[in-house]
Amino acid sequence: MTTTHEHTPHHLGERSAMLKVTGLQKIYNGGATAVEAVRDLTFELAEGELVCLVGPSGCGKTTLLKCIAGLMAPTDGTVELAGQPVLSPPPGMAVVFQEYGRSLFAWMSVSDNVELPLKEKKLPKARRAELVAESLAAVGLTEFADAYPWQLSGGMQQRVAIARAVAYEPQVLLMDEPFAAVDAQTRADLEDLVRELWKRLGVTVLFVTHDIDEAVYLGERVLVLSNSPTVVQDDITVDLPAERDQLTTRQDERFTQLRAHVYAQIQQAKKGTTAPAA
Amino acid sequence: MSRTTLGQAQPTPENTHTPSPKADPTEQESPVARTRRRRPGNRGPAGAALRTAHVLLLPAVLIGVYWAFTAQPGAGFYTPTPAAIGTAFVELWFSDRFFVDVLPSLGRLAVGFALAALIGVGLGVLLGLDARVRATIEPVLEFLRAIPPPVLVPLMIMLAGIDDTMKITVIVFGCVWPILLNTVEGVRAVDPVLSDTARCYGITGTTRLRVLILRSASPQIMAGLRLALALAIILMVISEMFASSSGLGFAIVQFQRTFAIPEMWAGMVLLGIIGFVLSSLFELVEGRVLGWYRGLRAAHRGE
Repeated sequence: MTTTHEHTPHHLGERSAMLKVTGLQKIYNGGATAVEAVRDLTFELAEGELVCLVGPSGCGKTTLLKCIAGLMAPTDGTVELAGQPVLSPPPGMAVVFQEYGRSLFAWMSVSDNVELPLKEKKLPKARRAELVAESLAAVGLTEFADAYPWQLSGGMQQRVAIARAVAYEPQVLLMDEPFAAVDAQTRADLEDLVRELWKRLGVTVLFVTHDIDEAVYLGERVLVLSNSPTVVQDDITVDLPAERDQLTTRQDERFTQLRAHVYAQIQQAKKGTTAPAA
Repeated sequence: MSRTTLGQAQPTPENTHTPSPKADPTEQESPVARTRRRRPGNRGPAGAALRTAHVLLLPAVLIGVYWAFTAQPGAGFYTPTPAAIGTAFVELWFSDRFFVDVLPSLGRLAVGFALAALIGVGLGVLLGLDARVRATIEPVLEFLRAIPPPVLVPLMIMLAGIDDTMKITVIVFGCVWPILLNTVEGVRAVDPVLSDTARCYGITGTTRLRVLILRSASPQIMAGLRLALALAIILMVISEMFASSSGLGFAIVQFQRTFAIPEMWAGMVLLGIIGFVLSSLFELVEGRVLGWYRGLRAAHRGE
């Protein structure tokens, strides 16, 4: 299952580690019972890589993501972003949450939502306007710049969240099941949007999902997590061409093989791991 | 997807605390003022004339009925005709008394309400953000809140004299509670996902307070302010009824004691008008501050 990244646009010799998770463990202490959500996670994302993280439901994906984002302190282990340890939300990281309706500021227009983090970054006004316009154009929402988020459909709201993340110019983009709450057609469009933005911007993306098809379709690599307490069960390189298409890629024989492989791994993950937590 | 949905929803946030004033001074309002409070909610651009008719129709009918009642031969000395009240109203309030009684009352009301808003929102944010502070202070607050504010008047007369300080203190003490408690609820209800989002994008400190917490809690805060405004008017009148030498409350009691009945009625009518105008102004401000919230609610219901 090894492959050369012949089509990936950011393949410039050896890629350095952008995001590094080492021995991550998270135990929730609740009085007498301690629940070990994440046991021992170690993986790396090279600069410019798009990696999908799948696992059985309840395997601690959200916990992991919060630890990586610096929103939650791990019990043990470290997270490093470009060589710097992550102890609080780092400036080089943007997050797109699943709950688009709850992650946008309802009292601000679409463009204000995108601009707010840039203001906090103390970017000059002209640069901010430029970034807002660019990112809204990239997600196809230029004409909705002055609308409120709640005036838009779910898929469009998630586009706003993506535009905000993109405008922030992060080194690493974390996406926490971003399309779990949108309909199938919108979802396909948004998947292609993520691929397109990733290729254009060269950002490192960690995409958490519970959808196996989505993981294989989007990723250069798929990390399969085990059941809770979580470890990395498998690390699969997706050797599909870089130019992906909802129709042809999904019909590709290799796609089917990879999907079957990931599926089998997840089934194994569900059964295989002992020591159920809570 | 249009903005025509704006303004249809009435902001009725959950957890709205209604303090229970033990005395019910609303009895002092005129029937005119009361009926005018119940306005129909249609705000379409075409319905302006209809709206005006809606607003004026019932008051006109009620005044008419009252007039018919007072025009009867046996009608009492204590219920003067609307014409007599109107004459007294013009004579009284379009004179020096406006500066002697009305303006000082409004000034105390404004200062008291503003102070209550400042204390209520400030302390409310503090309590809402910090569970430990909340646990420490809340029992005391619950006790203080249970004290009917008018009973402070005798105490404040001794402590602060009979000047403005006493009256403003009574207003603040009475109307700070709905603001405080609503602010606490609003701040506590800030969405955790939104809060995480703000943290991820480096929105911290005062920006976080201004952009996230206060805005997110604004529907509850505004609901608290609305309740507080009504209370402030009531307490303004009550505080002036004891040991006072000026103000609307003082004037009304004075008229009653000197059997200047039409003048007493004119005072009540003026209070009603003040209440009506203030609540209209408040609604205007609320519409601006909470436009997004009304639209959001309408969108949630409609789609």
